[in-house]
Amino acid sequence: MSNGLSGPAPDERPTPQGRRTPEGVRIDPEAEAQPEIRRTTLSALVKHEPGVLAEVSTLFSRRQFNIESLTVGPTTDPDRARITMVVEEPEPGVEQAKKQLAKLLPVVSVTELGEDSIERELALIKVDGERPDEVHAVAEVCDARTVDVGPRALTVEVTGTEPEVDRAIEAFERFGVREVVRTGTAALARGTNETANTTGEP
Amino acid sequence: MGTPPETEQTAEAAPEGVETGAQAVVEALRAAGVEYLFGVQGGAIMPVYDALYDADDLTHVTMAHEQGASHAADAYGIVSGDPGVCLATSGPGATNLVTGIADASMDSDPMVALTGQVPTAFVGNDAFQECDTTGVTDPITKANYFASDPDSVGDDVGTAVALAAAGRPGPTLVDLPKDVTAAETDRTPGEPTTPETYHVQERADEVAVEAAAHAFEAAERPVILSGGGVIKGDAHEELREFAFRTETPVVTTMPALGSFPEDHDLAMEMAGMHGTGYANMAITHCDLLLAVGCRFDDRLTGGIETFAPDAEVIHVDIDPAEISKNVHADYPLIGDAGTVLDQLDEAVEDAPDADEWRAQCREWKETYSMAYEIDEDAPLRPEFVVEALDEATGDDAIVTTGVGQHQMWAAQYWTYTEPRTWVSSHGLGTMGYGLPAAIGARLAADDDQDVICIEGDGSFLMTIQELAVAVRENLDITVAVLNNEYVGMVRQWQDAFFEGRHAASEYSWCPEFDKLAEAFGAAGFAAEDYDDVPDAIEGALAHDGPAVIDFRIDPGANVYPMVPSGGDNGRFALTEEQL
Ligand SMILES: Cc1ncc(C[n+]2csc(CCOP(=O)(O)OP(=O)(O)O)c2C)c(N)n1
Ligand SMILES: [Mg+2]
Repeated sequence: MSNGLSGPAPDERPTPQGRRTPEGVRIDPEAEAQPEIRRTTLSALVKHEPGVLAEVSTLFSRRQFNIESLTVGPTTDPDRARITMVVEEPEPGVEQAKKQLAKLLPVVSVTELGEDSIERELALIKVDGERPDEVHAVAEVCDARTVDVGPRALTVEVTGTEPEVDRAIEAFERFGVREVVRTGTAALARGTNETANTTGEP
Repeated sequence: MGTPPETEQTAEAAPEGVETGAQAVVEALRAAGVEYLFGVQGGAIMPVYDALYDADDLTHVTMAHEQGASHAADAYGIVSGDPGVCLATSGPGATNLVTGIADASMDSDPMVALTGQVPTAFVGNDAFQECDTTGVTDPITKANYFASDPDSVGDDVGTAVALAAAGRPGPTLVDLPKDVTAAETDRTPGEPTTPETYHVQERADEVAVEAAAHAFEAAERPVILSGGGVIKGDAHEELREFAFRTETPVVTTMPALGSFPEDHDLAMEMAGMHGTGYANMAITHCDLLLAVGCRFDDRLTGGIETFAPDAEVIHVDIDPAEISKNVHADYPLIGDAGTVLDQLDEAVEDAPDADEWRAQCREWKETYSMAYEIDEDAPLRPEFVVEALDEATGDDAIVTTGVGQHQMWAAQYWTYTEPRTWVSSHGLGTMGYGLPAAIGARLAADDDQDVICIEGDGSFLMTIQELAVAVRENLDITVAVLNNEYVGMVRQWQDAFFEGRHAASEYSWCPEFDKLAEAFGAAGFAAEDYDDVPDAIEGALAHDGPAVIDFRIDPGANVYPMVPSGGDNGRFALTEEQL
């Protein structure tokens, strides 16, 4: 079809030297860095009301944030619940996830927990019941507890960091694992550090 | 002019006290200063309508379709700055609002949707006309509320109105179960306030402002990128002052049209996919970009890799989540646009030494001029029609548009000089936006402001039924249809990227819009030749009430410049061969 405007064609125009990464960061030609993938734990103090969990999970799926686990539970304040999330994102994704989360109205505050935070996960592992003594022995080594004993199946409970739970499940595999359920990571800041700012001030 | 007479806010308008949840809703709207509502009746919302029946100080406009109600409310919000309110029943009423809510969300427009819902006891049972409205609208609202208690339903509505306009504006929704609005309550809602978890930072950190000011002073090729937030934050005066004092060229995003006068020497006009060549050259070659209230949408940036690749970025935004979302901000300044621009103005002592750069920008304005040639014997050029309409109307005329090529010509060839005069669907790109938006804009505008709706033949047909409303309410609106008998924008892409295969983009038959207008009770005009244009425009503008002009434009006309999606802004095409 016809028409158009006049002026120098694209190849006849000056072009700048620089470029940006797909994340929008200006590339320093001397130190061209790939964005680092960061795995971290976010803790959000939220209003304890219906729909909050749905809002948080919708946000994560809509914005394509990569979420490894999510746990939710009440706190000592009946009006507040705490959501703990493990996210894995190339920068600046983690920062974005924090800011988008903080923007949700039922979210009171968001904290990124440092490397030294206390993180625990619980798993229930159901194994075949043929060798109960050996299961008990492994349970002892893994700091697991047997919580159900039947003629055909035994269930043990293990608590620990995510890698510890991984290792425990691996250790029980030799007995034939029938089913596993894991809670996902729950976490608190260490010492007197506060996990969440309860005043709601950003 | 057909706008209803201004009702005075007399003390007697306030009732002695509310008796039902629905009256509490109405009282909350009144307390929030709402004057107009746009909606459609239906079962679940009937108690609210019944309460509105007695509210003489609130004007309700019955729209033909709920989508129309949502766009009218959206445009009302854009033009007035106060939240526009739309109303619908449950189920299909609510789902018909969804397009307009999503549109308002993408464009950060202040808007409130009130939806009827089945009685609380039926919720979850798949009752007649039940829809999980808060679920459906959760990702497209700033916040939404399910009103579960007649004693607090008024406060829910007040909060929704306050929140819609606060900070970065956006749509909010309150879902109103019929039993809650019908129930008795004597709780008069309190002052509308935002929730305690909602925080807005007005002033940027002083240290950050100092650092940004130094970077700005040191720039050799500075550009200001004015975004929609400048208009929403009423910061156009601060922006103009800063640009004039520092003599910095100004590029605007599409939503920011009117934030800076396009007839000024420093105006580089709109950048992005169909932005001017000079705006895209300026953005591509600048070494410092002061971006105010914009979210770096991909239609603006093109490929991120080539967006302002040499520039340090100062990003002023009221929403911290916009900082470094798409483009890394070297100097993030979180705060209200006007306040932060004032802070910057104070911190910047010496304007950058940029005479050469300004000369370069001026030269680009000539080299990549938007001028076009007219052949009187050839079919009508749409650019000419837009310019003729601009000339025939006042400086403060309001333009609303549909979505397609006509929208781009309206953005490019109309000279915008005032904020809140450009009303369009940017982020969502909703065909059919123009006419219902013109209705909302008309009611928000001053009586002496012209309201021109520039529509495409396809887009107009999506919401043309709202002409019935414009006629019934006797609203002075001129609809200019740039009729190319094509789904033109799609046809242009097919020619450029799909080997000219016109799949579902040709209309083998189009209604005669002038006659259709007459059937609705509006005035109809048609223009096929250059000679017809002045009379048609004059006749339509002179008509007191809605008028439609069917401009039979060149069906082959294309929009240039053009940066293909994900392309390099600096390599915009001026002709199809360059794509
Ligand atoms: C609701 C909706 N459906 C589809 C599209 C895709 N689309 C974008 S532009 C366009 C063509 C619009 O045709 P018309 O209104 O005649 O405008 P023109 O481009 O011809 O000026 C289409 C179908 C859209 N933006 N919105
Ligand atoms: Mg068309």
